[in-house]
Formats: sequence, structure tokens, C-alpha cells
Amino acid sequence: MTDQLVIGGHNFNSRFILGSGKFSLEIVKAVVENGGAEMVTLALRRANLGGEENILDYIPRHITLLPNTSGARTAEEAVKIARLAREIDCGNFVKVEVIRDSKYLFPDNYETIKATEILAREGFVVMPYMYPDLNVARDLVSAGAAAVMPLASPIGSNKGLCTRDFIEILVSEIAVPIIVDAGIGRPSQACEAMEMGVDAVMCNTAVATAKNIPLMARAFGQAIESGRNAYLAGLGRVLTQGEASSPLTGFLED
Amino acid sequence: MRVNGKEMSLDSNQNLLQFLVDNQFDVATLAVARNGEIVPKPTYDAVILCNEDTLEVVRFVGGG
Repeated sequence: MTDQLVIGGHNFNSRFILGSGKFSLEIVKAVVENGGAEMVTLALRRANLGGEENILDYIPRHITLLPNTSGARTAEEAVKIARLAREIDCGNFVKVEVIRDSKYLFPDNYETIKATEILAREGFVVMPYMYPDLNVARDLVSAGAAAVMPLASPIGSNKGLCTRDFIEILVSEIAVPIIVDAGIGRPSQACEAMEMGVDAVMCNTAVATAKNIPLMARAFGQAIESGRNAYLAGLGRVLTQGEASSPLTGFLED
Repeated sequence: MRVNGKEMSLDSNQNLLQFLVDNQFDVATLAVARNGEIVPKPTYDAVILCNEDTLEVVRFVGGG
């Protein structure tokens, strides 16, 4: 029985989505391969004159590209970035990221809903990055989101699964895939998110700031797979008192 | 003509595709907005540039 992640009609064996920021181009391929990621995010920025290296040359061809709308402060800007990205002919997935708070980099949930609705209508597979709020998640699904990506903690912070309880609520109430994105700092945190029933985890800084980047990518890949297996296996019950692992010996006198 | 925020000189009657190739842009890896409007890639050779144009030429970079 295969356990694939299905987003917008596309099937993925890996539940590790990799952000490609903060890496040198030479290391991107090793990170993708070590982590086993099948989806990689990218940003859109001005090209430089005079020829320059292209990140797409460093990403294996079978990888699904997930352009983000980073830089957008409004729904209108996010839509414009998404439409530009689609012109580069790299599929129709888009991560909607609308941020006007420059200190914590929290997403603007309401502009994100607006952008999601427009882009879903235009045929994009929309994966919105959001602050975990059940009402907003419901609105994103109604707007046509293919998945919902709640943050764990601020982007780039490595702070961990700070919004654990609220993500758990989304897992319980929202039908589309829940992908934890932003702030995961350790493989154990990614594993914990997967054990809760989250469908996938996205990491960037946690890998990019490690001492051994390809090895950390591998650790995350393994942790995400492990957490998923634990979830599928069904976690054991928790007791407040002890329970012996073996029955009484019977041969020791009272 | 303004390209990515910088003033650039333009040969008269140059089309967008010619302009990009002459300036060593890899056309397959980028997208262009002209005066705020996205230019569909198949039409690059039909778009004639003028000195009043503002171009944004973008491509993918690493991002999370």
C-alpha cells in the first residue's frame, strides 16, 4: 500500500518540501538528493545583465518547482509575481506568501485569501502560507487552496513548533493537506509535526544553517519519514501511572 | 529605457527578444513585464521597445 502525498492532483512519495534559499548553487543538488525532496521552492527576483548562473540547472529535472510570491505585500503583488513565475514555464504550483510585517515576517492572512481565490480561478495549484487560524484555513479552502501551510514559528528563526496546538486543530478540522512551513529548526520538530498527522513539512533555514548541510538534509528526510510512519502506526497510549512491561515473575516469594 | 531600475540605451526599433539576447539574458529562464504588464513569451519578437518603456526582467533564485 503506498502512502503518497496528493496535492492538486499530483502525487509525491516524499513529504519533505525544501526551500532553496541561503544555499550556494553548487550545494542545492546535494541537498535535494540527500533530503529526498520532490518539491523545491524558489523565489522570483530581477535578473542581472551579462549572463549569470541559473538555479534551475542545479535542481534535478523530476522535481516539482514551487515558486513563492515572496516580496509581495498585498494580494495584487502576489498575483503579479505568480503570473510572472508561470511565464517561465515551470508548472502551475505557487506558494502564496504575502508579508507586510518586516519584524516577524508573519503572513497577512486576509490578503493571502484574496490572492488564493484569484490564482485558484486562474488554474494555479495554490499553496498558501498562513498564520494558523482555523477560520482563515476554512476560507482558504473555500477560495480553492490545494493545501494550507501554517507557520510553526517565524521564518528563518529555527525556533521550532511554537504553534503546535493550533496546527493540531487544523489537522483535525481541515480536509486539504496541512504542510507545516517556517520556523522548524530540528529534525525532531519535523518528526513531531508528522506524528501529529501533518501531511508534509517544509524547511529551509534549518538545513541551510547546519554545519553539514547535505547531512542535515538527510536527517530531515529521515525524520519526516519516521514521523509519518509513527503516525500511520498509531502512537501508543499515554498513562499517568506505570505499567510493567512483563507480567509478575510468579517465582519470587511475596 | 529603464530596465530593472537602471537606465539603458536602446537601439531604435529593437524588439524585446533581440534586446534580451543582445544583453546575454537566457530567455528560457526568465519572465518580463513591460510597463507593468506581463509580456507572453511567444510574443517577445513582436514587441517593439521604445525609450519610454520600463522593463522588469526576472528569474528564479533560491527561496523558501
